[in-house]
Amino acid sequence: MKKRVQDFTIINNRQVNSEYYVLELQSDIALAELKAGQFAELRIDGSSEVLLRRPISFYDVDYKNQTISLLIQEVGKGTRKLAEALPGDKLNMIYPLGNSFSYEGVNKALLIGGGVGVAPLLLLGKVLRNNNIEPTFLLGFRNKDYLVDIPSFEKHGNVLITTDDGSVGEKGTVLDHSIVESGLSGFDKIYTCGPQVMMRAVAKLAEDKRVDCEASLENTMACGFGACLCCVQQTIHGNLRVCVEGPVFNTNEIIW
Amino acid sequence: MVNLAVKIGDLEFKNPVSTASGCFGYGYEYEDFMDVNRLGAIFVKGTTGSNRDGNPYPRMAETPAGMLNSVGLQNKGVDYFISEIYPRIKEYESHIIVNVSGSTIEEYVEVSEKLNELDKIPAIELNISCPNVKEGGMVFGTHCPSAIEVTRSVRKAFTKTLIVKLSPNVTSIHEFAKAVEGAGADAISLINTLLGIAINSKTRKPVLSTVTGGLSGPAIKPVALRMVWQVYHSVKIPIVGMGGIMNATDAIEFILAGARAIQIGTANFIDPAVSIKVLEGIEDYCKENGFSDINDLVGALET
Repeated sequence: MKKRVQDFTIINNRQVNSEYYVLELQSDIALAELKAGQFAELRIDGSSEVLLRRPISFYDVDYKNQTISLLIQEVGKGTRKLAEALPGDKLNMIYPLGNSFSYEGVNKALLIGGGVGVAPLLLLGKVLRNNNIEPTFLLGFRNKDYLVDIPSFEKHGNVLITTDDGSVGEKGTVLDHSIVESGLSGFDKIYTCGPQVMMRAVAKLAEDKRVDCEASLENTMACGFGACLCCVQQTIHGNLRVCVEGPVFNTNEIIW
Repeated sequence: MVNLAVKIGDLEFKNPVSTASGCFGYGYEYEDFMDVNRLGAIFVKGTTGSNRDGNPYPRMAETPAGMLNSVGLQNKGVDYFISEIYPRIKEYESHIIVNVSGSTIEEYVEVSEKLNELDKIPAIELNISCPNVKEGGMVFGTHCPSAIEVTRSVRKAFTKTLIVKLSPNVTSIHEFAKAVEGAGADAISLINTLLGIAINSKTRKPVLSTVTGGLSGPAIKPVALRMVWQVYHSVKIPIVGMGGIMNATDAIEFILAGARAIQIGTANFIDPAVSIKVLEGIEDYCKENGFSDINDLVGALET
């Protein structure tokens, strides 16, 4: 799919907890087709402190209404500016960027996410469901105050939750969940996105259980489309660009 | 009609707008966004004698009005360039100029000799100013006798247009400009990135894996303009100016300071079609200000 630089109009900015919000963007023209796992580079104007675009993965898409949703965590200067966006504001994006999750031959998938890393898993779950693949979400959060938009996930599959303090779901990290303890029988694919330490543990789990696993990685990017070579990940094939050869990698190729 | 054609050594650029090495891949990364054939030249990624993996990540840190990088010349080497990349880009209507990098004089010479054989490579840009490799690179560009020696050696190996890219990490850049001019350079490009550090106060660690990196973006523009102006008044060979050009106005400033052509670097990451906007903006400036030839603006700064 050809990459585009395009202006969108923000039609909704919905806060989902103290740090996270969902931006809904509308296009005047038919959207480019996007795949689960892909991302956009957002331009944040108005500050010399924020020179570069910000890579944000797709959370949801509605081709009929020509809208794209992004789940954003306020972490720094750029995302703080985004958090202040109001309906009617314009936002320029380069999209669609990167590769995508693969699901050929998959029957039953476990989607393991933590923090803002749950974002690409929502669109993935929707795509899997549309392809008659049963998704189960296993999502980890700090505590009940940091849950992210759970009803949106429940539309597409069963949602299992862990929190560090046990205030919702099971106590501990996603790796401590009883579904993991019980051996993951029946699952033939694991997808993961979240903090690196979590993805690495999930990759190890997948290897132990001999389940194929894909992780969506994060990295600091300047361009997002393969020119600058800033965002490389060390892999068995050498240093690969997270923005082009990724962000989705099979975990047996990643050198953590 | 405005004449936008400029000459860099014996080589005519159809217009003064080109894209900087390391910021434009090999050109095809930008094909979705713009017609790369409209550029005067494309300076492709730094190319070395053999494969280089580059530096560990993190390789990039955003800084006020700029960015630091420490990519470290990741590329698959000159032989891979010749067999896999050159066939894909040699039909571009813009000049393809390869940025030649190395750790030793022998490596610079080897790469230059191989590129000399390629019909559609009319020029090289000798990179003696990469701040992100342990050996070679900036060492050649910050020590005058080394700059002379590497330029002389490559001059013997490369018969076409030789552009030498200077490092700004020196006290008197015009001395280096004069030195490489004397050693046989046909043109000078400047500036490469400025050496800097980004620090994370929370972790009390540097942001980049290599501690130091090269600063680019609008933050360096005043320094770059000063250096272009100094070099313009020190040498006779043409200058390809760069350093934080974000728009046509910035480009005009470089031309007024003495640049005959300009390169756009970091701005490509933010607006991948910016180079075409700069090209159109330069033409508009000439029309609006009554200049029929871009060459009349080169070094026209009134002081």
